[in-house]
Amino acid sequence: MAFPTQDQVKAILEKVVKLSKADECTAVMAGSTDGNIRFALNNVSTSGIVNDTELAVTVAYGKRVGSATINAFDDASLARVVKRAEELAMLAPENPEFVPAVAKQAYRASPTFDAATAAITPDLRADVAAKSIAACKAEKLIAAGFLSDTSNFSATANSNGNYGYQTATRANYTCTVRTTDGRGSGWVGKDVQDVTQLNADTEVRVAMRKAAASAEARALEPGKYTVILEPAAAAGLVSFMIRFFDARQADEGRSFLSKKGGGNKLGEQVYDPRVTMIADPWNPEAAVMPWDNTGLARERQALVQDGKIANLNYSRFWAQKTGKTAVGQPGNLLMMGGTKSTADLVRTTERGILVTRTWYIRMVDPQTVLLTGLTRDGTFYIENGEIKYPLKNFRFNESPVIMLNNIDELGRPVRVASDESSLVMMIPPMKLRDFTFTSLSDAV
Amino acid sequence: MRRRDFLGVVGGGVVLPMAFGRLIAAEELVTTMDVAAKKRLADAALNIAKGAGASYCDVRVGRYLRQSVLTREKTVQNVVNAESLGVGVRVIVDGAWGFAATNDMTPDGVAAAARSAAAIARANARQQTEPVRLAPAPAQGEVTWATPIRTNAMAVPIKEKVDLLLSVNAAAQAAGADFAQSTLFLVNEQKYFASTDGTYVDQDVHRIWAPFTVTAIDRQSGKFRTRDGLSSPMGMGYEFLDSKPQDKFTAPNGVITYGASYDMIEDAVAAAKQAREKLAAPSVQAGKYDLVLDPTHTFLTIHESVGHPLELDRVLGYEANYAGTSFATIDKRDAGLMYGSKLVNFVADRTEPNSLGAIGWDDEGVRAKRWDLVKDGKLVDYQTIRDQAHIVGKNESDGCSYAASWSDVQFQRMPNVSLMPGTAPLSVADMVSQVENGVYMFGRGSYSIDQQRYNAQFGGQLFYEIKNGKITRMLEDVAYQMRTPEFWGACSAICDKRDWRMGGSFFDGKGQPSQVSAVSHGSATARFDGVNVINTARSLG
Repeated sequence: MAFPTQDQVKAILEKVVKLSKADECTAVMAGSTDGNIRFALNNVSTSGIVNDTELAVTVAYGKRVGSATINAFDDASLARVVKRAEELAMLAPENPEFVPAVAKQAYRASPTFDAATAAITPDLRADVAAKSIAACKAEKLIAAGFLSDTSNFSATANSNGNYGYQTATRANYTCTVRTTDGRGSGWVGKDVQDVTQLNADTEVRVAMRKAAASAEARALEPGKYTVILEPAAAAGLVSFMIRFFDARQADEGRSFLSKKGGGNKLGEQVYDPRVTMIADPWNPEAAVMPWDNTGLARERQALVQDGKIANLNYSRFWAQKTGKTAVGQPGNLLMMGGTKSTADLVRTTERGILVTRTWYIRMVDPQTVLLTGLTRDGTFYIENGEIKYPLKNFRFNESPVIMLNNIDELGRPVRVASDESSLVMMIPPMKLRDFTFTSLSDAV
Repeated sequence: MRRRDFLGVVGGGVVLPMAFGRLIAAEELVTTMDVAAKKRLADAALNIAKGAGASYCDVRVGRYLRQSVLTREKTVQNVVNAESLGVGVRVIVDGAWGFAATNDMTPDGVAAAARSAAAIARANARQQTEPVRLAPAPAQGEVTWATPIRTNAMAVPIKEKVDLLLSVNAAAQAAGADFAQSTLFLVNEQKYFASTDGTYVDQDVHRIWAPFTVTAIDRQSGKFRTRDGLSSPMGMGYEFLDSKPQDKFTAPNGVITYGASYDMIEDAVAAAKQAREKLAAPSVQAGKYDLVLDPTHTFLTIHESVGHPLELDRVLGYEANYAGTSFATIDKRDAGLMYGSKLVNFVADRTEPNSLGAIGWDDEGVRAKRWDLVKDGKLVDYQTIRDQAHIVGKNESDGCSYAASWSDVQFQRMPNVSLMPGTAPLSVADMVSQVENGVYMFGRGSYSIDQQRYNAQFGGQLFYEIKNGKITRMLEDVAYQMRTPEFWGACSAICDKRDWRMGGSFFDGKGQPSQVSAVSHGSATARFDGVNVINTARSLG
């Protein structure tokens, strides 16, 4: 389904803003084509395409706010959605934390779109599945995987004269490969903006090698070990922690970034000096929209610089209340690192454990961001720079704050996605001391 | 997880709600669609599908309504009324499934979806190695079912809901909480199902959840502690919030939990006091303890370590890339795997009153039923849908088909799975009096389990030390680690049916793209001997 053109979108948004008689009006229009294919047991199981375009109108009378959405864009529909939002606003209670719509922003376009991804066909999806399955079948392995892709546009306008329009694409491929006896399992994941960078035939072989190599796993006593977390394994922990970079929570005394006696840890050394984490919508390898979901322009900003807390996320309300300036909430997370690959880090490790992937990570104690979770789909023992044998999976109980104070070495960041975070991330492989495994898992 | 719709999170776990559907006015939440109109749409799709070569077709005309009211302290953060309306068509052509969905609610719109589903099925058939086999599902004719609610929560004015939540927050703050957040989630699924087998089902399903979190802070030490509400989401109307004395359960140490009705303000007041008490509670000493688990806690352990591993699609490998597989394979069942001690009986049940999983018919027109999963400790069965029944030697589906929306294809989801109460009379007080060195746990805390459902770790909301049969003091920093068969094998006592009640998960995630479902798990207070308890306190220096 073709999206409306940029001119059409602009005309619709301008019409909506003009139609509203409220004190202020914000109109946001977004459309997407999302495709996917799923396979398991070496067969395609489901595939689908969903097209959707929607207009959301938010208006305010004083501190009373109402929102309504619609997916028809003729004049009568536009009038109806504006009227509905206005009716809801008049009925709404006053919001004591109301902040006016954003002022006119200067959005600098970011490179979020690739034509090849927008042009994905069902045949391409089927080909990705077929290649993954064929490679596994040939080696008597079993593939289960998922390819999802999106091509979308977002546009925003308001009664302060603000306007922005941008298109974006993203594709994500994951594949779990298991041995027929169920004793070995490997995984690979690839997150791209440009689907031509995805070669399933090559990617799947990573998972196949790990599946085959992990079949004779040995048990190692739980305890503290030097680990090498592959970028996908580290991303789950790091992205979990980043959720708690909220300034209000920290100021209110209920975050690991709260200070004893009051206030937050802005400016304090919380991590190893080698830890630097940046949000940058314009990063060519992990570009995201240049505005957040409130329409506020994003900026390039460090969250952590040389181990110190450089910025916290201020909502517009909390910034106003505390005399700070709010910028758009980050859409990506770029953790700096070195130049070595995961394999390079393994080569310089005397004894340690290589972790492919982490799974089912949950908060145990928000006071310290203690997280628990498990290793999965490829855990190996390293000795004298070589992978010696596969290990049974472990449960870990570890805080990313402690983990990022126990760094031996950081490798070269790569683009990854996490199961449970919408951030586009660049995360390095990490060699870490004293990572805490608390029990063994029999799961393969 | 970019998982669409509700999401925020999870593979085979519990997710957080996000945006859903189209925003509408509150008064639209109480309307319903004309059944005859739904039947006309469904018949249009069925006829087109048959004409396109389908050997089977089902059509779901769905109107899915959600309302959420979110507050913190004295502020209403958001009120959302949302509707998702459309038609999903699923067909079998040449032995393969095809599915398509549309929000174009016209005969032409659904006809196009039916043709599209047939085309997808035909394309899938070319790669299919074995044709779909459907267990028989007898024609039901035109039937209806509705959650037996007394008060449609959607019809209760927003102001009443806002007033309740702000009172909850105020009561918690007056009782010593520094912060209080409370929420109401309401769901109404108006689902119409029709199939070429001659079944037409119109259903009206209601669910309600009223969670809260209070936070207590000690600014000097920088310490903070939270306590979540101890109620459960239910398959009920607004009457759930009309508290009745007979639905309260008072533990020997005075902790109050709730069954089929809920006093949210009373719980918030208790939560505020307990959150403050937690700030000074001693840290547990790690080691082996006998655990006494309240049903407000046990439901999630059942969900993760029994409900999910007995989903047949997981067992077979269809979820391998995301939620994972299962340790409880069919060969183990055939070999008589002991899943737990002989006291342990798990029953799957889609008919349990007030439960989140209660329905009349599932999303492929199969009548709701109740069956054994684990009998006297032994694994005896799984959860199936129509195209899986034959794999485990059954000639009927268990009625476990569910789709989160009209736009999602239905697949196998967990029914209510519950631990049966003990048959011998046993009160909680009697159970506690027999424990020498134990920890008594309430509420849902952190939870994590591996991809085959062996190794799990669970925290809670409240922990109390038991010494020589007496509850002595509150503890903090408690979590236990378990291996599923050993854990249920260590179950040495279960209180009788007087103590039985349900907990539940409102947003359980599964599948790619992820779909959420809601499910209840009942139990009575149960004892587990010699479980490994860890201390979760850490220092950031």
